[in-house]
Parts: sequence; structure tokens; C-alpha cells
Amino acid sequence: MANQQPTTGNPKVDIEYRRKKNAEEMRYQVVTFTLMIFLTLIAFAAVGFGDLSKWFTVPFILLLAVVQVIFQLYYFMHMSHKGHEAPALFLYSGALVGFVTVLAFVTIVWW
Amino acid sequence: MSTYAQKKGVGAVIWDYLTTVDHKKIAILYLIAGGFFFILGGLEAMVIRIQLAIPDNNFVSAGFYNEVLTMHGTTMIFLAAMPLLFAFMNAIVPLQIGARDVAFPFLNSLGFWLFFFGGVFLNLSWFLGGAPDAGWTSYASLSLASEGHGIDFYALGLQISGAGTLIAGINFLVTIINMRAPGMTYMRMPLFTWTTFVASALILFAFPALTVGLFFMMFDRLFGSNFFDHTMGGNTVIWEHLFWIFGHPEVYILVLPAFGIFSDIISTFSRKRLFGYSSMVFATVLIGFLGFMVWAHHMFTTGLGPIANAIFAVATMAIAVPTGIKIFNWLFTMWGGSIKFTTPMMYAVAFVPSFVAGGVTGVMLAVAAADYQYHDTYFVVAHFHYVIIGGVVLSLLAGTHYYWPKMFGTMLDEFLGKITFWLFLIGFHLTFFIQHFLGLMGMPRRIFTFLPNQGLEIGNLVSTIGAFFMAVAVIVLLWNIVITSVKNVKVGNDPWGDGRTLEWAISSPPPFYNFKQLPLVRGLDAYWIEKMEGKKEMTPAEPLGDIHMPNSSFIPFMISLGLFIAAFGAMYRVDYAWGLPVLVVGMAITLLSMLVRSIKDDHGFHIHKEDLIDDKDKGGKA
Repeated sequence: MANQQPTTGNPKVDIEYRRKKNAEEMRYQVVTFTLMIFLTLIAFAAVGFGDLSKWFTVPFILLLAVVQVIFQLYYFMHMSHKGHEAPALFLYSGALVGFVTVLAFVTIVWW
Repeated sequence: MSTYAQKKGVGAVIWDYLTTVDHKKIAILYLIAGGFFFILGGLEAMVIRIQLAIPDNNFVSAGFYNEVLTMHGTTMIFLAAMPLLFAFMNAIVPLQIGARDVAFPFLNSLGFWLFFFGGVFLNLSWFLGGAPDAGWTSYASLSLASEGHGIDFYALGLQISGAGTLIAGINFLVTIINMRAPGMTYMRMPLFTWTTFVASALILFAFPALTVGLFFMMFDRLFGSNFFDHTMGGNTVIWEHLFWIFGHPEVYILVLPAFGIFSDIISTFSRKRLFGYSSMVFATVLIGFLGFMVWAHHMFTTGLGPIANAIFAVATMAIAVPTGIKIFNWLFTMWGGSIKFTTPMMYAVAFVPSFVAGGVTGVMLAVAAADYQYHDTYFVVAHFHYVIIGGVVLSLLAGTHYYWPKMFGTMLDEFLGKITFWLFLIGFHLTFFIQHFLGLMGMPRRIFTFLPNQGLEIGNLVSTIGAFFMAVAVIVLLWNIVITSVKNVKVGNDPWGDGRTLEWAISSPPPFYNFKQLPLVRGLDAYWIEKMEGKKEMTPAEPLGDIHMPNSSFIPFMISLGLFIAAFGAMYRVDYAWGLPVLVVGMAITLLSMLVRSIKDDHGFHIHKEDLIDDKDKGGKA
């Protein structure tokens, strides 16, 4: 995995390649971080400025939140790397089950 | 630790089992505890059937009947069926994937002791002022009104044993994802391993809903909250949703491993590769997925409205498709196979039509409009007993015969096994088939008696006679176990002669470190492939080396015991002043045990290579 430290004494480790990979990763992280701050500002703006109805604002902010979670998982928690298929599967299954539960509670429990 | 067999005293054996972290011994603990609760639940069932044998019976009082009925359901689901499945999962799954043990042996032990103390706590209610009496579903509006401590026993006992189940589920997930032997890809895993995997994922997602529901219940009853009290702004339907968001996946948690056991048995004794292996895997995963989308079909008459009812009805019927795939795959596996009718195979053959009967009534119940008629009648009782006994219990009995040699090194008597089978099968259909008609004639569920001259006498009498057949069958099985253990004739690696999967490539019972060298898996039915090439054993995937083993530990027992004591404190706190200190002491025992576990390093021990080499291995082979 690209985030592993080069172990000492192993001649097969290509430090140049590691460095390039890390630099690339760092760039993605900075870009993502900027995007996330930007999305947060939009969220504040949606509430603060303009007379948007809450039927637009609430789903809109939830959507931005979902995007931020995905950024967080893929660029900061390295889920984009290889070998994360099983955690991804379980994350998405869990999210789906949670979503269906919440959906049921807001639609058919408190009617 | 020595690898040589030693004669040990009774005390040493008991201490060994109290502290063990070995998956094979924990399997035996699960089997004994689950078997005990199975017999307890069976006795409760007999009380129910005796009471309903004739109209206007007064064998038990109405109140006691409610307790027996509640405890029968709760015991059978939580304390008998699940632990017995865990017994086989623990005994077989690590062997089937060629692992040394489960991923977290300490947690495995903790899971067992939590289940055990939770179960004991629940059953102590019989002696401490009355058992829970609001049905195994314990719907909030009824259970909040229940007097005495019965429902508190239910909420606290299930909370403790539920934590154990969740731990066991996570353990199997990690084991199956991370600890497969070299070459054991996902699509080479035996079906029992696959179904254990999917069932564990269901446990992971379903049990938190139960935990939340039980916490609400516990706080409503013991700590003055009002989650379910509509007069205080709560909502009683929340319990029903939380319970069934857990409860429906729960039935798949039970039946999927049962499917796995039968898939392995059918392919072994048909002496054929399982027909449509990949579609079996696909169907298993799909059933697991759909299992979360259908819970509200238990609540059609709650008043969810036609749209919700229609959605859940269609989703429910969709489950018949992957289940149908499985049924046909089992039939096609048998078709053209060279079938050997051993006891496990007879159970498997009987399972197919029995389970289909339960499935068909399931689709009938899924029709929301028709469900208003079936709702709360014996038709529903017949349906879920057909799927749970026809699916799960038959698989447990089949698995007991099939895996007994692997767990204990002796073969259960085949003749007695077949007597058990016929008595049980006849008794099961006699008891429950006629209940469909009792239900359609209008006999409601959960009534403690019925009036004469309403056409219900003969059906109920037949049903009770059938229950006695099943009781005799279980007694024959126990007798079989006793004489087999007394005779103690040891068998070899593959006593059925047709073993296909890795567990049959190792001695019965396996040594405590399992495979000396991890086996190399070259395809589905790994052991069968080697046999077909004339080999007697698996090719090793690694040179013989030191084996790292975990140390035994008494801490899981202490953690569970602490929660057991704390539960008494939490419950009696509302009546007596000593409740609170007992709660604190119990929690202190648990937390201190956890602290000891955290700060004391336990690196386990190594079995050295020199101790593992025997004469046969001098050439360096496995």
C-alpha cells in the first residue's frame, strides 16, 4: 500500500516512486480539503442568504454532507487504495440499512 | 503447554472449559448450553400442547400459560437455535477455511459467556417472581403494563446475550475475510462458510436495532423514561419497528446457516459437486440483502397504510425468488447423484419439501390484504414453525449427526439416528400441518384455552399427539448420544467416506492447533480434488514452523459474570435499597476485568517445530 513507510534494509523498496506517490496523494488531499471548505461555505450560504424554502435547503445540505463524507473516506481515510473492497462493501451495506431505517421512521412511524 | 494427551481430573477439565479460547471447545460449550436450552424450550412446548390438548383444560392457569408461551419462543430463538448454530459454526468454519482458530479467540470465549449468563439470567425469572409474559415479541404497550419483573428479565437477559451474539458475528466476519488458507478464494469457500459469512453480516446490521429497542424498553421500565408511552409523547409503534428491523433479519440469521449445512450434506451424500455453486452464493447474498427490506410485513395490520403495505408485500414475495433458486439447486444436486441415505441425508431430503411448505404459506402471508384474515391465527403459528423447524431444527439435527464425528471423534448410531429422524419428521408434520386448518377455521394465537363444540377439538388433539412424537425423538437422540459416548469407538479423518471440504482432511477431533501446516486449496471442494488425484491428505502450503497460540483466560467469564450481577442490581434497584450497590459492584467487576485485559500483556505461546514433527513427517511432508 502506498501509505506504508519504507522498511529499512529492503532493497526492493523504490523510495523515489514512494515519494512521487506521496506527493501526488498530498496534492489530492489539499484539493479535497479546499473543496470541503468551499462546500461548507455553500452550506452556510444556503441558510444565511437568499430566501430558499426549507424543502430545498434541508435536502441540499444533506447532499453536501454526503459528498463530504465520501471525500473524507476516499481521500483522507485511503479507501481509494486497493484492498479496501470488503470494508467498502460493509460500509455501504451498513449505510443502506441505516438509511432505510431512518427513511421508515420519518415516513411511516410518525405519520 | 504440552501437545501430549494427559489424564486430567474433573476439576481440571471444568477449569479448562471455563478458561478455554479454543474454537473447538467453545463449540462444545455452545452445543451443551444450546442443547440444554433446546430441551427447556421443548418442555415449555409440551406444556403448551398439553394445555391445548382438550377444550376448557386447566392443566396450567392463564397467567402461567402466557409465561410458558413467551419463554418457549424466546428460549428457542435466542438461547437454543442461535447457540446451536454457533456451535457448528465454531466447530467447522475455521476448519473449512483452513484457519488456526477464529480471528479473536478471546472474544469468542467472551461471546459464549455473555450468551450463557444472559440465558441463565432470563431463565432465573421462573424462580424469582414470574417469567416474562408478553410474548417473545414483547410489544411495548403490553409489556410496559406487565406487572412484576418478568419483562425486566427479558430486556436485561436479552441485552447481555445479544451482546454475545454480536461479538460472535463480528468474529466470524473477520475470520472469514482474513484467515482463509492459501488458495481459498471467496468463490472456493464451502457453502456453510458462505452462509455463516452472510448470517454474520446480518447479525452485525440487525442486532444494533434490538440493542436500541431493548435499551428503550429497559429505560422505560426501570429508569422512568417514556419512549413507548404515547400519553407522554412517546410512540408504542417504535418498539415494533425496532424489534422487526432486528427480528426479520434474525430469521435469515437462523435459516441461512441451516441452508449451508444442508448444502454441504446434500453435495457430500449425493457425491457430486453442489449444482450451481455460484448461483447458490448469489442467492445467499441476495436473501441477506432483501432480508432488511421486508420487516414491516410483520406489521401489516398496525395501520401503516396501503402504500407501505404494498411495498413491503412485494419485497417479501421477491425473497421467494432466491430461495427458489436454492431449492432447485439442491434438487439438481441430488438428480443424477449417487445418493447415500445416511441420517443427515435423510434430514436433508425431508427438509426440502417441509421448508417449501413453510415458504408457500410465507408467500400467502405476504399478501397484505389476505394477511388481515390470517393475522394472529394458528395459520401464522403453523407457517413459522414450518420454516423454523422444517428449516432450522432439521438442519441442527442433521448437523448434529453429520458433524458429531468431527467434534467428538465418535459416530452417532445410524439406526437410532434414523428412528429419531422418522419420529421427529412424523411428529413435526402431525403437530403443525393441521394448525394451518385450525388457523383458517379461526383459532387465534396465544390463547390459553378454547371452547368445546367449535370444531377445534380434533385438530388440537392431533397436534398434541404429534408433539409427543417429537419429544420421544429427542429422547432417542439423547439416548443415542449417551451410548455413543459410553462405547467411545474412535473414527478416522473422514468417517462418512465422502467428505469434500477441508474439515474432513484433519483428524477427528482435530488437534488443538488445527492444521499442522496450512493446506493449499486448489479449488472448490478442496479435499475432494486431492482425493480424486489419489492423494490421502492435503498438500501443505507452507513449511512446518512454530505455531503461535493464544493463552487460556478466565477474564471473559468474569466480564460476563459482572454484567450478570449488575443486571440484578439494575432490576431490583426500583424495589430495594441494595439494588444500586449491587449494580455498581457488578459493573466494577466487568470494568476491572476489562482493565486487567487491557493493561496486562498476553502474548500467547508458541508450539515449537520440534514438538510438531513426528515419525511420519521426517521426509518434510505434511
